[in-house]
Amino acid sequence: MNLENRSAARFKQQAASALKDNNLKTALAKAKDGFVLKRLHAVEDLDEFEAIRAEARKIKDHALSHLDFYLEEFERKVKENGGHVHWAQTPEQACALVMDIVGTEAKQVLKGKSMVSEEMGLNAALEAKGHTVVETDLGEYIIQLAHEPPSHIIAPAVHKTRDQISDLFHGEHPKYGLNERLTEVPDLVNEARQVLREKFLNSDVGITGANFLIAETGSTVIVTNEGNGDLSQILPKVHIVTASIEKVVPTLNDTATLLRLLGRSATGQEMSSYTTFSTGPKRANDHDGPEEFHVVLLDNGRSKVLGSEFQDILRCIKCGACLNHCPVYGAIGGHAYGWVYSGPMGSVLTPLIIGLENSYDLPNACSLNGRCAKVCPMSIPLPDLLRQHRFKAFQRGLTDSRTKLGLKAWAYLVTRPKLYSGLTSLAAKALALLGGSRGVLRKAPLASGWTSVRDLPVPQGQTFQQQWKKASE
Amino acid sequence: MPDRTKNNNRVGLLVTCLVDLFRPNVGFAAVKLIEQAGFEVDVPSAQTCCGQPAYNSGDAKSAAAVARHVIRTFENYDYVVAPSGSCIGMIKEHYPRLFESDFDLKTKAEDLAQRTYELTTFLVQVCKLKVNTTFNATVTYHDSCAGLRELGVKNQPRMLLSQVEGLKLNEMEDSEVCCGFGGTFCVKYPDISERMVSEKTNNIKKAKADFILGGDLGCLLNIAGRIKRESGETQVFHVAEVLAGMVTIPAIGEKSE
Repeated sequence: MNLENRSAARFKQQAASALKDNNLKTALAKAKDGFVLKRLHAVEDLDEFEAIRAEARKIKDHALSHLDFYLEEFERKVKENGGHVHWAQTPEQACALVMDIVGTEAKQVLKGKSMVSEEMGLNAALEAKGHTVVETDLGEYIIQLAHEPPSHIIAPAVHKTRDQISDLFHGEHPKYGLNERLTEVPDLVNEARQVLREKFLNSDVGITGANFLIAETGSTVIVTNEGNGDLSQILPKVHIVTASIEKVVPTLNDTATLLRLLGRSATGQEMSSYTTFSTGPKRANDHDGPEEFHVVLLDNGRSKVLGSEFQDILRCIKCGACLNHCPVYGAIGGHAYGWVYSGPMGSVLTPLIIGLENSYDLPNACSLNGRCAKVCPMSIPLPDLLRQHRFKAFQRGLTDSRTKLGLKAWAYLVTRPKLYSGLTSLAAKALALLGGSRGVLRKAPLASGWTSVRDLPVPQGQTFQQQWKKASE
Repeated sequence: MPDRTKNNNRVGLLVTCLVDLFRPNVGFAAVKLIEQAGFEVDVPSAQTCCGQPAYNSGDAKSAAAVARHVIRTFENYDYVVAPSGSCIGMIKEHYPRLFESDFDLKTKAEDLAQRTYELTTFLVQVCKLKVNTTFNATVTYHDSCAGLRELGVKNQPRMLLSQVEGLKLNEMEDSEVCCGFGGTFCVKYPDISERMVSEKTNNIKKAKADFILGGDLGCLLNIAGRIKRESGETQVFHVAEVLAGMVTIPAIGEKSE
């Protein structure tokens, strides 16, 4: 897949090329089994999972319906703690704000994982100004070596096989003194750790995302399994948090409730290895911590989603469970979706941010099997929201003309039973004749979408209605 | 709910458009099973389709027009039953949502939803059917998505199949994962659907069963079509055909002698 020109509008081509990628197939098959089983066990082991889920939904719904209040509370507390809050409507504004804080002096910038910084295109912007950017999450580090965007919200390099990662290190790390091709996971992790440790100690700014913003305390929260987030924000002099506005929750207690769902839904862990709360810059008696603490809050269209039929998507806590259980994601991976977010949550969110006209296929390329909604810890009705996009697309005339014409003809027929039964009788007979005794057709008129990948079983010859009528006479 | 008929036992069979066109045997099997349980079955001739193609393609207006037609057609039955989870899911879960701004129709849609059942659920819950047939074979079962997740159809077909003499059920891996049919999805995104259905046929192969059964003809046509394209051996039947002992005709997509 050509990742440079990828876009949500080119979904079909990107999906086609992803389906031909055997490494991707191997990597996704391996990841899927792990995620699905681990989550299942973690959820089964927690008797009160459903009760927590109901509580979590209430917490987020409440926060969203008072979003302005909690955001302002959050800002007040951050300031009280000695930090700064910056507001951005667009990714460009957010980028400019971050660049201002980073300044011109800073050479090396550390990054903890942040999907919002992907929305902003932050790495490219920083590099364009001559800063060196170092991703510190192992997955992010790997794809940075490969010059690729993340393909999964919590497992950015999930599309890579171990072999491919070995190759990347082998190709990129000789400059750090690596001479052999490492193939074992612990060796690869250790190699990354050695290289990153040096960078942690020599960086000027640390940028992280946020899983939650707590209005009560003015804290930002991140979860990691590598501890890279801690180091990214404690060691450099300046810590910048990039987060979208819907991340705010009222209290510390609320955060605890949501955290109980997050780890289990994401990786099947009761808790991630590290849960880090950042509350303002280093205080007089603190042993460590940044001297400056900034939070850049990005809207990027989310405030328009509030109060709309799509509001439920803002409850998303970015656990990735819907991606891990989506058979379409499992077939094509995350890059094919063409923008920052992928899988079911991405197919709902992306059209809201970049426009349905630029992402028409995303809500359509779904069999509406409903598995995502069943595992969503925040009970987001994902298939309903995808269908809602389809309604919008139809209203706005974005639906392709062939589909529209087909629907028109179909609607005409199915509300005229006599005409319908006449035509279906003919079709049943014609297809049965075409099929003869073979039982299936390899090709059929107007059915290339079907027959391109499977045979068409032929009808028995007469419709049920014909036979029923005959039997009743 | 007021009794619509004197004995409160009149079932309107929603054959479904796919069964009507492709596999009437499934419809007759459903009739046989429901009659076996002592209910009276009628098949209103005005029925066509449940409206999913429009609803899932974003054409809410056409879907509502079809829903109105279905509501009218099945007004006078005590129960409405279909050998499909997705059509019944459409009626039970989605029809009422189509009429949010029309109180009268919403009430009618809710009334219809209340007396509408997926076939195996109806046979277990309402008919308390005792299955009386033999099928000497090893089978595996595909859980179709809408039936499973919108209606909770999971144990019903298994309970019924467990009463079939000679039948052995080998569960396949990922029986609950979508087969890649998804209505118009499978023709709009054939290459993605291909990957999904070939994972399904792969799991079917691994289950070492002679037959794959299911409760939705859409999925079964997709699976059967793919098995044939792969020159596979597993034969495909709708669960109703097996339960009714009506497996004497060739399996779905199978050659006739």
